[in-house]
Amino acid sequence: MTKLAFFNLPDVGEGLTEAEIVSWKVKAGDTVSVNQIIVEIETAKSLVELPCPFAGVVSELMAKEGDTVEVGNPIISVTVPDTANNSAVTTSIPVIAENAASAHQAVADAAASVSVEAKNPTLVGYGVSNSVANSRRRRPGAVNPPVAPGASPGFTNPSAPATTAIPVIAEAAAQGALNLPATPDGVIAKPPVRKLAKDLNVDLAKISGTGLGGEITREDVMGGAQQASVFRNLSTPAPKSEREERIPVKGVRKAIANAMVSSAFTAPHVSIFVDVDATRTMEYVKRLKVSTDFAGVKVTPLLIMAKAMIWAIRRNPMVNSTFTDEEIIVHNFVNFGIAAATPRGLIVPNIKDADKMSMLELAEAIGQLAATARDGKTTPADMKDGTITITNIGVFGVDTGTPILNPGEVAIVALGSIRPKPWVVNNEIQVRQVTTIGATFDHRVVDGDVASRFVQDVASVIEEPALLLD
Amino acid sequence: MVQLLTPDGEYGVAKQWGEYAKYIDKLTEADFLKFYRDMARMRRFDKEAEALQRQGQLGLWIPAIGQEAAQIGSGYGVGHNDHIFPSYREHGVAITHGIDLMSILKMLRGVNHGGWNPEETRFHLYAIVLGSQVLHATGYAMGVKMDGKVGNGNLEDDLAVISYFGDGATAEGDVSESFLFAAINDSPIVFFCQNNQWAISSSVASQTKVPLYQRGAGFGVPGIRIDGNDILASYAVTAKHMDEAREGAGPFLIEALTYRIGAHTTSDDPTKYRDSAEVEYWKARDPLARFETFLRRQGIKQDFFDEVAEAGEKLSTEIREATFALPAPPVEHMFKYVYSEPHPLIEEQLEWLHKYEAGFGEAAHE
Repeated sequence: MTKLAFFNLPDVGEGLTEAEIVSWKVKAGDTVSVNQIIVEIETAKSLVELPCPFAGVVSELMAKEGDTVEVGNPIISVTVPDTANNSAVTTSIPVIAENAASAHQAVADAAASVSVEAKNPTLVGYGVSNSVANSRRRRPGAVNPPVAPGASPGFTNPSAPATTAIPVIAEAAAQGALNLPATPDGVIAKPPVRKLAKDLNVDLAKISGTGLGGEITREDVMGGAQQASVFRNLSTPAPKSEREERIPVKGVRKAIANAMVSSAFTAPHVSIFVDVDATRTMEYVKRLKVSTDFAGVKVTPLLIMAKAMIWAIRRNPMVNSTFTDEEIIVHNFVNFGIAAATPRGLIVPNIKDADKMSMLELAEAIGQLAATARDGKTTPADMKDGTITITNIGVFGVDTGTPILNPGEVAIVALGSIRPKPWVVNNEIQVRQVTTIGATFDHRVVDGDVASRFVQDVASVIEEPALLLD
Repeated sequence: MVQLLTPDGEYGVAKQWGEYAKYIDKLTEADFLKFYRDMARMRRFDKEAEALQRQGQLGLWIPAIGQEAAQIGSGYGVGHNDHIFPSYREHGVAITHGIDLMSILKMLRGVNHGGWNPEETRFHLYAIVLGSQVLHATGYAMGVKMDGKVGNGNLEDDLAVISYFGDGATAEGDVSESFLFAAINDSPIVFFCQNNQWAISSSVASQTKVPLYQRGAGFGVPGIRIDGNDILASYAVTAKHMDEAREGAGPFLIEALTYRIGAHTTSDDPTKYRDSAEVEYWKARDPLARFETFLRRQGIKQDFFDEVAEAGEKLSTEIREATFALPAPPVEHMFKYVYSEPHPLIEEQLEWLHKYEAGFGEAAHE
């Protein structure tokens, strides 16, 4: 005899109310053991791995990666042996056999019918169970199906009065119809959907299909195209009926906001711009791409730009420094920060000691940094101790901008889009690959002359990359 | 730095530490095995408690992994009459003085405010406000001396006090005040500082200019640094200085250099403030592995280690089951221990709470 056990999202900090599901380490059908790590979550404070409280077979993952879940709501159900041994630790949700598909609904309905005075999850996640933990008065608008009434955020104590009325799902329901049969090894998707996925740079293996038999649909791909959507809008949503929408400022957004405000209000910013003919840089990139040395390495104008900046830093070391009220610390190394738009927000990881790297090493480092950021694996250490930053706003298709300094640094460079434009060469108008370099400096450290020389140096390399041989 | 066991598990005594080595000479094989068993027990308990917290069963967990040698060693160096004032990370010291591990979990689950009687255990309650326990210990030590229980040469009746604290607490006034009071009064106390190198996110370098064992010197408290990941040094140095304190030598400071492998508590994320390379460096200096190597060199067979591993599994199951079985305390307990005698304001509040609970109808009460 087996039964279904639910693991409710605990409060892993002190007084946290929610967390985001970052990645699942198990899937439906997997066998899990007690304390096996099953999921990684991100709270306002940290990334945390959660160990499974049960041994059994995963029945269903009840929250998707990227979902924000309230403390106390179930995130996974596990089919466990119904022995006295584990009865203390599992929530037994008993039995409506005929209609397994509506089992969730049934739980929710029953939850509603048990008590009008539905209970809210407590702020603390441990199971002080029963009367104390669950007797918070209902807050208006609090909805958290399908958690059972009386379920404390940790586990429900089966002896709690409220749980006796919980309806019950049979084993059949637990294992069968609640989840679709696992798809075979290969992905099921129609060719146009595969093409779309390719265009949007979406890895089909990472998408869970919602179509018949697990088929990946167009919508699934669009949904999965978070990375792509960072760069451009994929569709125009229907007008919304609400007049306004409130988005809580938290997590990465809050961190970005605080950093930007602190930067903007501590360091007096000054921005300068220069238009530059990047035709030779584009040719250079093209040549590197086909050279055998760079086979398998991503070569982009950003790489040349990085090299150009490192060269220009050597000629203008003040731009690679840190201002404290007592002193200016000029760094004789370059930890090269690259602002990266990721599905989880803007982050600025940096390449340590980028100035010691060859072109090839730098290209590899940039590729690695981008891949890590895309996978959301960037560690705080990766983001620490940067000395200067580039933001590649050109990928968004815009010409230039006035970037805000990464706190602790005194210079940031924005690389705009590079596109064919009319350009005067030898008194004649020609079509050249033109871009705008924008840069912001901390005026406490960098004056106009140094700023201009630095930007001119960068521009001259973009105009003539051969200068890098200097 | 006093070290009797090298990181490779080699036993050796530098000439100047001969007095300490005498304490090791008195140990038997059974003592060594007990040391190892308790270190392993402490670690297994720690891991299970952390998992329980991550599963929503404890409000908080305070990991001590990496500090097993410092705690088990010094814990056994404390005599059966002595009083111990811990911070909240001294699970290992608790083990060596017979504290029921479940009573630690009860507090961290919030079913009581500290689950043992210090009068019986001589192991005082966990101090949540760090640094405060050092003052309590100092005051207790002053009292011991006033009671004339020092320096009588009567080991059944004489006693000393030991206070455990971390590197972070040394930056608090409480610890400096304690040094001064203890020195002025020649109190029978050993200050045992586990320098685990991180005070939540503040590194020890941001807390002190001079090595911590020298901190007491200006107050008149001599000190020594020991390798905190060497259980034999931890045992011998604690035992010797507790003996001396009991005999009337006054206060002494021991700095045990160790490392907190885990988080400060389950509420913080150490990857945000320290390099993983540093953690790896210290993981390679695991106190448990060091002592295991030593024991194997002494000819201890695999059977013993298998037996310890098995006991660990049994312990974790027991801890897990016992935690789930802990009953919730009645709400009256919140009010019961505020004052020793009835108090009108407290009674009023309790009455209010009862009315509030009644507002939920019968579902609210068991």
